[in-house]
Amino acid sequence: MKDIEVLIIGGGPAGLCAASAAASMGAKVLICERNQDLGGQLMIQTGKFFGNKHAGMRGFQIGAELLQEIAAYPQIEVWTGATVLGIYEDGVVTCLYQGEHQKIKPAKIIIATGASENFLSFPGNDLPGVYAAGAAETLVHAGVKPAERVLMVGAGNIGLTVSYQLKQSGVDVAAVIEVMPQIGGYLVHASKLQRCGIPIKTSMTIAEAYGNGKVEGAKIVKLDENRQVIPGSEEDIVCDAICLSVGLSPLAELCWLAGCKMACIRELGGCVPLVDQTMETTVSGVYAAGDVSGLEEATTAMLEGRLAGISAAAALGYKVDQAAEMQEACRRELKTLRSGPMSEKIRHGLEKMAAKRGAVVC
Amino acid sequence: MRIEEHPILKFDRGKKITFYYNGEKIEGYENETVAEALHAAGIRRLGYSPELHRPRGLFCAIGNCSSCFMTVNGEPNVRVCVLKCAEGMQVEEQQSKGVVKI
Repeated sequence: MKDIEVLIIGGGPAGLCAASAAASMGAKVLICERNQDLGGQLMIQTGKFFGNKHAGMRGFQIGAELLQEIAAYPQIEVWTGATVLGIYEDGVVTCLYQGEHQKIKPAKIIIATGASENFLSFPGNDLPGVYAAGAAETLVHAGVKPAERVLMVGAGNIGLTVSYQLKQSGVDVAAVIEVMPQIGGYLVHASKLQRCGIPIKTSMTIAEAYGNGKVEGAKIVKLDENRQVIPGSEEDIVCDAICLSVGLSPLAELCWLAGCKMACIRELGGCVPLVDQTMETTVSGVYAAGDVSGLEEATTAMLEGRLAGISAAAALGYKVDQAAEMQEACRRELKTLRSGPMSEKIRHGLEKMAAKRGAVVC
Repeated sequence: MRIEEHPILKFDRGKKITFYYNGEKIEGYENETVAEALHAAGIRRLGYSPELHRPRGLFCAIGNCSSCFMTVNGEPNVRVCVLKCAEGMQVEEQQSKGVVKI
């Protein structure tokens, strides 16, 4: 049995910021990351961030900075290739690491498992060449072309930014289609695509992917105001890949397992654990931060992680006199980031969470 | 196909290595995942669904969805989207659910 003060499950942006914050206050931290590398999806983002102190930096540069921060703390231990399997009633966490079934007894747990991209139902959706947009982004980041010509389904921020990254890498983007009558993502991203001559077609969806053993094309259709297919509106798109950017779902299995009270809140991406203004769930000593507690962006995930890390360390008795002020600073920054018109959905979601939690949420 | 020139990214691929896909020699790099190296070699079919035997490819690339299950060095159901290439590795398309040796 391994004893640790703060166990962080997930080494993406939220988990790394939680680790760094908890360690900076004096706590001993263990990060368990399922994959071989830390940093999560931040490491493959080439777009520049805006918003707070990272404004102007590219995602992978922010990730590299976080990794340096983590490496500078001797009291942070990192297990990569470590899949957490269970959280038990007596507080024991089990984990598959280096081929062994490990037992961990943490004083506090921060769940920062992130989210996974949604699938979409249409004939031919299982053909090789139908990718989550993030998968195409991962291939590009590794220096591999995912395809020659791509159809992007979904014009939210991920769909728009990944389309631009594909174009930058020499992949032809046939079109970006969006089921809603308007573009979901930031106009700045959409404008970049339009300047490259990539059409963004709204009120359109994919009817079918076709091909012999692999994607060779897609049929797309126009929808009316009631989201019904307009007869005769079918267009044929010749492409060898289809990227889906149709939202994400929180990877909240471990929250369910820990016995956290959950709620299905559409604005937050699905079933999420109810957290309070310290990021603590309804289970004492179990915190959740980042996409797992509500789908948002890396900037807010990092702040939530930091807030959770401070809260967990303070609950262990570290720097209790300074904690309240540090937590408040995180909350202020979160509030600022969530104040724009594009964050209306998130604000709604968090209001719903507060109502269900019966307490103030962050 | 590999991207050689990129306006922002520099690719640190590491050492060149050789592994096998259904017995066929494939060149990859130590910092690439098996899925990435196979894509670079133009291979996008990674296996077949266990019941209807429909071809399967990469989907999530974060080790979550199970679409990229392959048999690696005799071990079935390995997520090749998060597995780094290694010298001499034997990677095979999987036809069924696979049997785990205990």
